[in-house]
Amino acid sequence: MLLSVRDLSVRFGEVEPLSGISFDIDRGEILGLVGESGSGKSLTAMAVAGLLPLVGGRIAAGSVTFDGTDLTRLAEDQLRTYRGRRIAFVTQNPMTALDPAQRVGEQIDVVARLHRGQSRQGARATTLDLLTALRIPEAAAICDAYPHQLSGGMKQRIVIAMALAGEPDLIIADEPTTALDVTVQAQIIHLLGQLVRERALGLMLITHDMGVVAQICDRVAVLYAGRLAETRAAAPLFAAPRHPYTAALIGCIPREGMAPGSLAGIPGAVPSAAAYSAGCRFHARCARMTGRCRTEVPVPAERPEGGALACHNPLEVP
Amino acid sequence: MLSYLIKRILLLVPVFLAVSAVIFLILHLIPGDPVDNLLKVGSSASKRAEIEARYGLDRPLIVQYGIWLGNVLQGDLGTSIVTRRPVAQLIGQVMPDSLQLGGLALLLSSVAGVLLGVLAAKARDRWPDRLVMGGVLLGSTLPSFWIGLILILVFSVQLGWFPVSGARGWSSLVLPVITIGLGGIALVARVTRVAMIDTAGRDFVLLLHAKGLPPGRILWRHVLRHAMIPVVTILALRIGWILGGAVTVEYVFARPGLGTTLIKALNQHDYPVVQACLLMLAIAVMLGTLLGDIIQALMDPRVREAIT
Repeated sequence: MLLSVRDLSVRFGEVEPLSGISFDIDRGEILGLVGESGSGKSLTAMAVAGLLPLVGGRIAAGSVTFDGTDLTRLAEDQLRTYRGRRIAFVTQNPMTALDPAQRVGEQIDVVARLHRGQSRQGARATTLDLLTALRIPEAAAICDAYPHQLSGGMKQRIVIAMALAGEPDLIIADEPTTALDVTVQAQIIHLLGQLVRERALGLMLITHDMGVVAQICDRVAVLYAGRLAETRAAAPLFAAPRHPYTAALIGCIPREGMAPGSLAGIPGAVPSAAAYSAGCRFHARCARMTGRCRTEVPVPAERPEGGALACHNPLEVP
Repeated sequence: MLSYLIKRILLLVPVFLAVSAVIFLILHLIPGDPVDNLLKVGSSASKRAEIEARYGLDRPLIVQYGIWLGNVLQGDLGTSIVTRRPVAQLIGQVMPDSLQLGGLALLLSSVAGVLLGVLAAKARDRWPDRLVMGGVLLGSTLPSFWIGLILILVFSVQLGWFPVSGARGWSSLVLPVITIGLGGIALVARVTRVAMIDTAGRDFVLLLHAKGLPPGRILWRHVLRHAMIPVVTILALRIGWILGGAVTVEYVFARPGLGTTLIKALNQHDYPVVQACLLMLAIAVMLGTLLGDIIQALMDPRVREAIT
């Protein structure tokens, strides 16, 4: 297994916005980490990349085993040899992800120079190869541009090139398409999927768009309010969701032939980490809630059909 | 960039005209007549008219302004009413002292202010930050003449390290430069700290960390560079302030300079000298702003593009 996260908990002071998260990603596999805003997807990503201290958080419990090494036990300077080199990050908003005062070519070059010891010229050659592979026309001219001179889709390609320049084994993409036009979204998602297959990378794709998950993910982990709701291979999950929250998320995907106005939403909102309720955190919004859901935390349990499920009253397998 | 420079310098022309008109006119609006100072008590009206004619004070204001401006542009700042010496010569004598003092104080404020600001931002909410911010509060609230007096008391009178007053040699510059510089250090440190903290929280900095760049390199090459943009603006505005605002410090240390010259001339109703001093300060402010804009354009490609 390339990445194995077990019982990961994250704390900010006394608040614990993320508890007991477990999932795996193999080489050549795309894991979709889904959930509404505030469910802890981005925190999970930052915890895996060891970036929590930057925002004032820390890993309170659990392990993040990457290629046999528990990253939570590494010192910051050891961890840095993984970041950008073996674990790369693609952020949510390409508009703000690049240094506005540096030419984009240099921003990509630095990764290969830093992690692969390439010379200035060697790194630029790597950069040009990457940009060409990402189907960026006139790569040499693009290298000399400043970020504000490029479109959003182009900037996201630059960020992806930055991620690939270290020849990573794992890419963490935090909502890589949220800030982009719909047509560009499809291109970027397609591009990421292709890179995973071609280079046998692991991809952790964070999104709240179940449509994107259905398109390219092999496996899905559904988060709700900082806890794992359900994790399973994508095909059976979409065919027969067991957790009511998963079913509700799938119900939010628009389909061809739907009557206008029939698209379901989920009433209510994700609670903030300081106001998590007792019992199952989804119970206030759940149609299948019983008295037990209010008091007893559902523990994620391995299911005979594969994956894990944390629910007292799961939907039946049809 | 070159066309921007030319445009920016041309823009200074109307600003200069407006400022010079205000400087010229304002002195005719304040009470007190310089001619009174030149006349003996009980002089005749014809004597007064003679003096007015000699200094051109009997002609319409607009003509007086035109003549004055024409002379100024040729480097002739007029003749002092009190000392009867050319004003340009007087300004030329005190300007090097003011520039030296102001320049060194500005250098001290920028270097020490930026370093302290970076230190405070790095140690945010821990004791080095609290110490620096406490110092900033003191530095920006204590009046500079008081700081100057205390410094003289300690380092000149008690310890005897530096001369008490005067403008002879480098050692006489140390205390005045520190006195003026302290306020600037406080200002620059505060702006730098806020800008550093603000920049460090931006997305692109997170991604730099995610790329595995060493934190020191991220701090000095990326975060500081962006944090310097507001600091440069502040420093540019301070150039004029330091030249003119040094007056109390010049007094405390009994140094010649633009500030002392200006105050003395104001007390004596020495119009040409007052006008020349104000003009020098206005030019310093204009050049400072120009310099600030140019540096900003060099630092931020977006600004550079917007202006070309």
